[in-house]
Amino acid sequence: MRPFDYQRAEGIDHAGQLIAAENAVAIAGGTNLLDLMKLQVETPQTLVDVNRIGHAEIEDSDDGGLWIGALATNTDTAVHPRVKADYPVLARAILAGATQQLRNRATTGGNLCQRTRCYYFTNIDQPCNKRDPGSGCGAIDGIARLHAVLGTSDQCIATYPGDMAVALSALDATVHITSAHGKARTVPVRDFHRLPGHTPWKDNVLEPGELITGVSLPAPVEGTQIYRKVRERSSYAFALCSIAAIVEMDGDKIARADLAFGGLAHKPWHDPEVGEVLVGQKPGAKLFDKAADVLLRDARGYGENDFKIPLARRTLAAVLAEATGAEL
Amino acid sequence: MSSENTVSINGQPHALPDDPRVSLLDMLRHHLGLTGTKKGCDHGQCGACTVLVNGVRINSCLTLAVMHDGDEVTTIEGLGTAENPSALQRAFVERDAYQCGYCTPGQICSATAMLDEIAAGWPSDASDSLDGPMEVSTEEIRERMSGNICRCGAYANIVDAIRDVAGEPA
Ligand SMILES: Cc1cc2nc3c(=O)[nH]c(=O)nc-3n(C[C@H](O)[C@H](O)[C@H](O)COP(=O)(O)OP(=O)(O)OC[C@H]3O[C@@H](n4cnc5c(N)ncnc54)[C@H](O)[C@@H]3O)c2cc1C
Ligand code: SF4
Ligand code: FES
Ligand code: FES
Repeated sequence: MRPFDYQRAEGIDHAGQLIAAENAVAIAGGTNLLDLMKLQVETPQTLVDVNRIGHAEIEDSDDGGLWIGALATNTDTAVHPRVKADYPVLARAILAGATQQLRNRATTGGNLCQRTRCYYFTNIDQPCNKRDPGSGCGAIDGIARLHAVLGTSDQCIATYPGDMAVALSALDATVHITSAHGKARTVPVRDFHRLPGHTPWKDNVLEPGELITGVSLPAPVEGTQIYRKVRERSSYAFALCSIAAIVEMDGDKIARADLAFGGLAHKPWHDPEVGEVLVGQKPGAKLFDKAADVLLRDARGYGENDFKIPLARRTLAAVLAEATGAEL
Repeated sequence: MSSENTVSINGQPHALPDDPRVSLLDMLRHHLGLTGTKKGCDHGQCGACTVLVNGVRINSCLTLAVMHDGDEVTTIEGLGTAENPSALQRAFVERDAYQCGYCTPGQICSATAMLDEIAAGWPSDASDSLDGPMEVSTEEIRERMSGNICRCGAYANIVDAIRDVAGEPA
């Protein structure tokens, strides 16, 4: 690990002052940042420890929704009575990720900002436009099993690896952000992560010096909530494809279908047209196929990850069948 | 004991290291000679470094010692001694729940916290319902212990040892 200066922030304003320094980075649970610092993928000059700034609370909001502080641990969130009762897709997504030891440290803010698991990104001897802009992308013509099939660019085909944010996307959560000067703004979680385009080094819309203060969930909706994660082994592995689904039936027709997909793109993938195909229709194998056609209309494989395209189709059908009770 | 720039390790106060790069794991092993806690991967992947911080299990390799000002850390050395082992330490011996033993301190620290988590009703990915009470079934143990890898593959006996302590028939 390269030497760095360690600063402990005593509150959010103090954190803002410290983070404004050149090449200063926030450290929360440290489970992603320290991993990458040991690999010299991340080489901050200053680490700003935000663990003691507060903002770890999970509380009811006035509109019937829920506020989850940036420093709440993934465990705090997954075991919270309101999350379990009203937002089970979020509890399930968190529990499907990492291990208990990691979830005990991982935080809301750190989880949202976790970096890709692309093997070229984490190996400083390899070309990678995300880590070293302009050096090329090792994965496009290389080992790309984990990589994206939706929203890729000729600069980067990495996936956003997290589970929690996929559930937050289906739930239409909002990310709350404050700048180094204390200026607050909000961004829908669906717009928080970005596609790689020509600037693959930018994972999300945070500007230098900005910190996440928390995430707000809208009031809960009716319906069945499911998180399905397909991975190489049944525990402790990142998603090849995952789906967060909130599906409500009205009689024999689908009344709501809020879907988000993990493991397929540089961000949790939410395509409103997929839901539109489903709503108002009777569930069944043909309809699910039509929804998959819409989801995957621009999908593109890179050899090793070609399997993700049929995998996403089948996983979608399985989730929708479970949610609606339809036969496949 | 003042908590300024000290961390309590198995009940004893220790000054935090000057170099912020020192992980909690390296502080335990290299600075304090508490070599029970093991380094397997140093990247959060194997669980050999699992310790309890304020009663909660974490990977000591992925946290900086300086972040633990005022915290209470318990390592395998703090759970029991050869003369007076904890119930899990005894059960691992009785069930022969290891071969080389390298993963064992992490397994036992992890299992110690896991039994508390189950008692507290925390769900896991293997739980049918998110609401308690939680079972101590083989399936639950395997999922909840998946952050502790055993290269020798002593898993079957590890699960049996944990079930013994949980009072479940193995
Ligand atoms: C072996 C292993 C397996 C894993 N498996 C999974 C998995 O299956 N699914 C999954 O989803 N995740 C998985 N993870 C990733 C894990 O979820 C993340 O490491 C964790 O969520 C990061 O949170 P943290 O608080 O530790 O972040 P840190 O490591 O502290 O920070 C990560 C990044 O977020 C930034 N950051 C932190 N807090 C804020 C804030 N408030 N505002 C702005 N920026 C902030 C930091 O500057 C840093 O860039 C795994 C990790 C490991 C090591
Ligand atoms: S896919 Fe993205 S992260 Fe991976 S090597 Fe290419 S540019 Fe880097
Ligand atoms: S040494 Fe910490 S998890 Fe492997
Ligand atoms: S006993 Fe050898 S690694 Fe587990």
